[in-house]
Amino acid sequence: MIEWLHPGLLFIATALIIPLLNVALRRIFLLIIPLIAITSVATMSPGNYGEFTFANVTILMGKVDKLTLVFAWVFTLMSFIGNLFSLHLKNPSEHVAAYLYMGSALCVVFAGDWFSLLVSWEIMAFASAYLIFASHKEAATRAGFRYLLVHVTGGVLLFGGIVLHGLETGSFVFGPLVDENGQGGGIAYTLVLVSFLINAAVPPLNAWLTDAYPEATVTGAVFLSAFTTKTAVYVLIRTFPGTEILIWLGVIMALYGVIYAVLENDCRRLLGYHIVSQVGYMVVGVGIGTEMALNGAGSHAFAHIIYKGLLFMGAGAVIHMTGRRKLTELGGLYRTMPWTVFLYMIGAFAISAFPFFSGFVSKSMVIAAAAGDNRAIIVLMLTVASSGTFLHTGLKLPYYMFFGKDCGLRPIEPPINMLLAMGIAAVLCIGIGVFPNVLYALLPYPVDFVPYTAVHITTSLGILMFTAAGFVLMLKFLDPEKTISLDTDWFYRKGAKVFMWIASKPIASFEGAISNISDTVILKSLRGAATRSLEVDVGLVDGFVNGVARTALFVGTTARRLQTGIVTHYAAAMIIGLALSLSFYFLLWLE
Amino acid sequence: MISKIINFFGESKFQKTRFRALIAVLILVVIADILVTRDHGDFFWDYLPAWSAGFGFVSCVLIIFVSKAIGHQGRIMQDEDYYD
Repeated sequence: MIEWLHPGLLFIATALIIPLLNVALRRIFLLIIPLIAITSVATMSPGNYGEFTFANVTILMGKVDKLTLVFAWVFTLMSFIGNLFSLHLKNPSEHVAAYLYMGSALCVVFAGDWFSLLVSWEIMAFASAYLIFASHKEAATRAGFRYLLVHVTGGVLLFGGIVLHGLETGSFVFGPLVDENGQGGGIAYTLVLVSFLINAAVPPLNAWLTDAYPEATVTGAVFLSAFTTKTAVYVLIRTFPGTEILIWLGVIMALYGVIYAVLENDCRRLLGYHIVSQVGYMVVGVGIGTEMALNGAGSHAFAHIIYKGLLFMGAGAVIHMTGRRKLTELGGLYRTMPWTVFLYMIGAFAISAFPFFSGFVSKSMVIAAAAGDNRAIIVLMLTVASSGTFLHTGLKLPYYMFFGKDCGLRPIEPPINMLLAMGIAAVLCIGIGVFPNVLYALLPYPVDFVPYTAVHITTSLGILMFTAAGFVLMLKFLDPEKTISLDTDWFYRKGAKVFMWIASKPIASFEGAISNISDTVILKSLRGAATRSLEVDVGLVDGFVNGVARTALFVGTTARRLQTGIVTHYAAAMIIGLALSLSFYFLLWLE
Repeated sequence: MISKIINFFGESKFQKTRFRALIAVLILVVIADILVTRDHGDFFWDYLPAWSAGFGFVSCVLIIFVSKAIGHQGRIMQDEDYYD
């Protein structure tokens, strides 16, 4: 009898089995493992599991408390939904990447020490990047490399922060970097905070998300929408509760996403901007740091993962059936895809926080926490963002994607596994909205909040329905335009071009000048020396050099066989290399 | 059943009915918000009847105009081949 089963390690270990199975077996396997993980979470009780000492450091891979369980529950539920949605895929490679990604995200949630957190964090970055590369389009490959660039940078910052923190405190126990009042500082604090803010997609560090997610595969984007930003929220709750700056960053996020969503023409990029906006509410909750606010951040993350997954599945189903992703090229699909419209709209009502949908019981907790903390401006700004959320996700996107101008396409409903996955997510969206106490019972602190009061329902409906009125009146201003919107990725996308220009022009001509000098001046004198050394060379050195050359040839031939040209193999090699080098430096540092 | 509901929101023949239904819902929401008891509020606007309706409408209009202004005047919106 196994005392405790780590759901994250379960996914990582079983990922390697997936390619060995035939299609029928694989499909069963893909759904059974998430069910085992859910069972494991359901039967888990708080405590420390899987603790061992590695090079004088205590590694704790299974720290379980109430906050862990909130995220473990929703991550494992989403793993089932996501796998069901992607069950029709013929190629197993995406499933392997998704398993590694979900597994490592769960490992972050269960990590009790900084070292296992870091390793899981890095695996998460590489495994998720594969879901972008797997589109096999040039735009996706480019976006995938930019995504990796940002996340590897974030990983390096985190590594630096952890090492400094270890040096300062001598402890690797994963826990708050702030005191009870949310105060903290120093280089380690800043490095870790920035690396977490990158993963939470806080502007100006948000562009990796809206750049890469729309380029991912239809099924990959569903996983992506769930895990990376929410693990960031989880670690922020753990390490930076009550950090004042997060309140303001969170409000900026909430509005930033809303503003960009008005301009957006790509359906999944629009949804990506609403991840930024919704994660803003959670970041505000972490920043306020009261029990109610942290409960709000946790419960909103829970609700968000399900409804955002549903929205990405809805948009993904449209892309899967039509091959189109721009709102200017879509429209009129309601005739042949009514179920997709219906299920998408449940997600849209949930994100908009309509009464009896999940967002209503979670988002309002964050706003109530801000009100309880007497932050009037924050409350008003978040209410504006709520209006914007319904405007885009609940009105603009479905109007131009499913209704509006008829694009002439008559696609049928997506495969049954996709509809079923969306159906399960929809049931959860309504279930959480109708029975909020089930979710509240999971939360880390006792809940002193009643979402269903008459006045809360009427004010929410007032904001939402009059947003709808505004939408109807202003419809002609909202027509999507055939444009892209510049975001902060402009700096590294244009910056890379400047870098390439410097590399090709000034540096290349400098190099040319140097080689001219060496050709004319240095080479002549060298030639004399060369003639003399030739005599020595032929007799003595050649024997040795030939030996070296033979060895090099052998190594080269062997190495060439390793060059498969398949990104997964390289990614795996990079992860292994990274883990090895991290361990090496870690050991070195301990000496 | 589902496709009937969805058709109601899509077919142009229901346009007038949809518009009337929206007006009816808006009036009902405002009436309900006026009638509801407000015994607890954190800020002064929590005691204003129909405040949320006005705030929702103004927010919606502001979001559209401010965003489009930033997008067009601030040169955020660019041609699709901008990065190519």
